Amino acid sequence: MKAVLLIDFGSTYTKVTAVDLDSESLISTASAYTTVQTDINEGLENALCELEKKTGKIEFSERFACSSAAGGLRMVTSGLVPELTAEAAKRASLGAGAKVIKVYSFELTEDDAAEIGEIKPDILLLCGGTDGGNKECIINNAKTVAKIPTDFPVIIAGNRAASAECKHILSGRETFVCENVMPKFGTLNIVPAQKEIRELFLRRIIEAKGLSKASELISGIMMPTPSAVLKAMTLLADGTDGEPGIGELIAVDVGGATTDVYSIASGMPTRSDTVFKGLPEPYAKRTVEGDIGMRYSLHGICEAAGMAKISQLSGLSESRCEELADFLSKNTDIVPNGNPELEAFDFALASAAVETAVTRHAGTMEEAYTLMGLTFVQSGKDLTEAKRIVVTGGSLIHTGHTAEIAAHALYNPANPNSLKPKTADILVDRKYILSAMGLLSEHYPKAALRIMKKELENYGNQQ
Amino acid sequence: MDKKTLVIGVIGADVHAVGNRILNFVFKDAGFNVVNLGVMVSQEEFISAAIETNADAICISSLYGQGELDCRGMREKCDEAGLKGIPLLVGGNVVIGKQVFEEVEKRFKAMGFDRVFPPNTPPETTIKALHELLHMDEEDV
Repeated sequence: MKAVLLIDFGSTYTKVTAVDLDSESLISTASAYTTVQTDINEGLENALCELEKKTGKIEFSERFACSSAAGGLRMVTSGLVPELTAEAAKRASLGAGAKVIKVYSFELTEDDAAEIGEIKPDILLLCGGTDGGNKECIINNAKTVAKIPTDFPVIIAGNRAASAECKHILSGRETFVCENVMPKFGTLNIVPAQKEIRELFLRRIIEAKGLSKASELISGIMMPTPSAVLKAMTLLADGTDGEPGIGELIAVDVGGATTDVYSIASGMPTRSDTVFKGLPEPYAKRTVEGDIGMRYSLHGICEAAGMAKISQLSGLSESRCEELADFLSKNTDIVPNGNPELEAFDFALASAAVETAVTRHAGTMEEAYTLMGLTFVQSGKDLTEAKRIVVTGGSLIHTGHTAEIAAHALYNPANPNSLKPKTADILVDRKYILSAMGLLSEHYPKAALRIMKKELENYGNQQ
Repeated sequence: MDKKTLVIGVIGADVHAVGNRILNFVFKDAGFNVVNLGVMVSQEEFISAAIETNADAICISSLYGQGELDCRGMREKCDEAGLKGIPLLVGGNVVIGKQVFEEVEKRFKAMGFDRVFPPNTPPETTIKALHELLHMDEEDV
């Protein structure tokens, strides 16, 4: 046996996953409360104790970790036009596994500067202008950022003609210049900025958050947790040398405060009568819905879906739904635990969360009548042909209705403009191994892929 | 001299792509930096692209007869977006049916367009107009 330990320092739980590389199998998983306030190793030790209670003593040859503890990687981004460089900056950050607290566009005001000072981001990503395009905005924003008293590093990834000046203006703080997120109009170039974000995360953020104490034991804290999940999903879709992937997919992680959606699919128009609008989409895309979560962001779900829909899905009256919503948002640690009313309500919440988050992630198709006949205008990713949906999160695992909830990620004839999968197999991450497999894939992609194929439970096809 | 940047595209629900490709080619050939938005472009897309790329002029094509409706309010929106005074050029079959071109030109100029081109305008004419509007020949001297 060659055992490897994978650790996920989460905001609430530290999760450990033990795998055996020789048999390419999962040994066991366990978790304990994260202890970031005192010493992060306590939580890790507790989790390891739990693990070894199940498995007996294990000698690990390697240990890898990812982290979303202490608020995760908190970023603020700024760009010029909201749907162009500001959007590109946001996508770069999300894809790097960051928690994007706020996206600014156009010129930053004094009030914005004050707000950023209060947010105290881990990193600010400063963008704006294509190469050779607008310089005034990013230079103005650099000046405004320079006045913010809070200390945080700035990554400059805007118009290259303005980079040197921005770096000079920001000379009081740590700055990094990298390639423009949108060097040419309509071209998305987010990989260099993501690389810089990750390096900064490793070099600076981990230490600042008191996570470095853990690093003596561990071969390395390698990435923010969402970035590990994105890696795992990309591996699962695309495969690796000698082991094929399962093809284009989407993944949904419904959490207590937010819902993450990942899609690994090109999503570009397949028909000649379709015109694509907006920025090109990244092949591996992550979006986060900050207002969609089962407890802390429960009101966001009700608002987005409407209480009538929650009532219809749960079979409870609207007034009872209101009461339960208030109760659960104040008592965030309560789980249904067999209570039929709470189960019905959580079923409705989870279904609406999946539907809302995936609808926002997926692209749209509109019909336009032109003199040349019917034409389609697509914006965002066309996911209608993605054939697998991976789901994770307590509300989807601890229920007898996983497949039914997951089916809300599918195409809905009542909302035909939304380009969600038409039919898909539902794969369930019952043991929460996705981030661990993303970590493992850094060095052992084939083992990570084979373990995912074994461990993700197929709940059959839904349409 | 830095290259001048043009934002070009076909406005509205118009999918005529051929003329757009020709213009893209000839403008590049004439030494412009061209940001081509393709077909079915909205006013907002023209404006966003012009802001981000710091464009020197916006060239709008329309071939399906609805150009007058599609272009209405473009100048005001440019003003609102901080693109005050950016040269706006329009050309193609910009109105329905056979109308006296001078009348059409007058209406588009009243809408804030700097140059209006009738059907069958050779690209050279447009390039010459751009040189004038962007004072390019003076800079060359």
